[in-house]
Amino acid sequence: MNDPMIAVRGLRKSYGRTAVLRGVDLAVRRGEIFALLGPNGAGKTTTVNILTTLIRPDGGTATIAGADVVKDPAAVRRSIALTGQYASVDEFQTGEENLVMMADLAHLPKRVVRRRAHELLERFDLAHAARRRVGTYSGGMRRRLDLAISLVADPTVLVLDEPTTGLDPASRSQLWEVVRGLAADGTTILLTTQYLEEADRLADTIAVLAEGTIAARGTAEELKALVAGDHVRVTFDDAASLATARELGVAGLDAAEEDLRSLALTFPSAEPVRAIRDVLDRAESRGLAVAGVSVVKPTLDDVFLALTGRSAAERTTGTTDQPAPEEALR
Amino acid sequence: MTTTLAPAARTAPGAARRPTAARAPLRDVATMTRREARRSLRSIDGLITAFALPALIMTVFVVIFGGAISGGNGSYIDYVVPGVLIMCLGMNSATAAVGVAQDMTTGTIDRFKTLPIFGPSALWGHVIASVVRNLASAAVVLLVALAYGFGPGAALGDWLGFVAFAVLAVLSFTWVSVAFGLVLSVEASMSVNMIFLFVPYLSSGFVQVETMPDWLHGFAENQPFTPIIESVRGLLMGTPDAGTIVTACVWLVGFLVASVVVGGVLYRRRTAR
Repeated sequence: MNDPMIAVRGLRKSYGRTAVLRGVDLAVRRGEIFALLGPNGAGKTTTVNILTTLIRPDGGTATIAGADVVKDPAAVRRSIALTGQYASVDEFQTGEENLVMMADLAHLPKRVVRRRAHELLERFDLAHAARRRVGTYSGGMRRRLDLAISLVADPTVLVLDEPTTGLDPASRSQLWEVVRGLAADGTTILLTTQYLEEADRLADTIAVLAEGTIAARGTAEELKALVAGDHVRVTFDDAASLATARELGVAGLDAAEEDLRSLALTFPSAEPVRAIRDVLDRAESRGLAVAGVSVVKPTLDDVFLALTGRSAAERTTGTTDQPAPEEALR
Repeated sequence: MTTTLAPAARTAPGAARRPTAARAPLRDVATMTRREARRSLRSIDGLITAFALPALIMTVFVVIFGGAISGGNGSYIDYVVPGVLIMCLGMNSATAAVGVAQDMTTGTIDRFKTLPIFGPSALWGHVIASVVRNLASAAVVLLVALAYGFGPGAALGDWLGFVAFAVLAVLSFTWVSVAFGLVLSVEASMSVNMIFLFVPYLSSGFVQVETMPDWLHGFAENQPFTPIIESVRGLLMGTPDAGTIVTACVWLVGFLVASVVVGGVLYRRRTAR
């Protein structure tokens, strides 16, 4: 089956005069972990709400496992599960009662309801707290229960809206492990996040959502490559050396970004090794005091800043459409 | 990237979910009702509103105000029980507004809406649990009233009529509260019970309308709580008046239908906030 599990074309949604989504396209393969990365207000939750049949789009189409979210929401609901931004578990019920309730709502046969609940409690390391009210659970435990609840009916597509917001690092890695395991078992996962690290470590494909459009998409490596490769960073012993260094005639150095506090110059370079050799040779001949050199690999942070920074600037000048990321560099 | 899975095996994919059977909506409503029953039984606030508050209000009216209002001849209790009863049913129904508002705020309603279940089952769960809670609460109010010397004149038929009327009133009050809960914050939803606490005072429930200032007569005689409380009075005293009961039922069914419709639309349109 080569059709994408999630196929979104030209999705648009406005609230009053505010266009939240202005033509979003997505394609997510079966078993893929797909991250929708974007700052607050970029339209992540709106996209999730449309895909999970909670709101209707103004334009465009979206299908989940072949079912259209507007024309056949019932079929969509049979294949998806949503874990929202909040841990939507009932504090007044125990962990077990929460799971049994969701298994009942999933219309599991009565005889498997309890077995399924216990299986999930075991799997998510909650068996010891099964009969305690959720009100007494820690944040990490609630999130795990929340995820367990989503899996009661074995969804083919799992939608996670900022699943690790507010979690401590240990709980976060634990949740990532679970998500990876699900994807390995064939569950398709769409997650939204504002954490670059999360997208980088977890997702097979990342789409950067900014100002209601997909500004870029690809693997973490592909996105990083958009920031035109490596940078060279040279630090000096004194400010005078730094000032003179710009005139050494090394490609890119004249326009280098200056950091006076750590006495460093940083500049993009297609050939970082050669650039470093040139800098060192010429600095020595001019008697400049070089303290250190390094090659800086781009991070997803750079991509994110470049893309979202650029689109924020566009909004003020009134132009729209997808920004070309290559032009968005410092 | 390696994957680590807990030893518990997954149920075979697809095997877990069955096509929706015709009985599924009933199972959904039953599940949701069980949920709300647990919420009621495990909330100190809810239990106090359902059982302790009605007993206290009855005590205040009969023991403290009773002597002054009736001038000491002791018959005020027979007059005031219907008013206290309706006030208590209203306040107790208003608890549903808080539950619905909480579900909206925590995203629980969003999750329910993404399930292949009977759409408004979550709301009906609130309503059915409220009816059960209120019948229990009404029993407490009546027992307390009897202990204070309330002497109802109702025959069996009147009692059955009273129970049916009380169920209709609670359905109506609860659906109104549910509709409020869908639009209000949790804090604001806590004041929905003020409607049921104060509006009945401006009716014939606690004192006769003729004793109120003239400018209040129009409102007091025509507002819904007057026929509603008068219907209960008639049924409990064994002197039901068909005209009054019909007027009361028109009000109650009107509120019920309006809030089921408005609530249904709000439920479909609104997402977590």
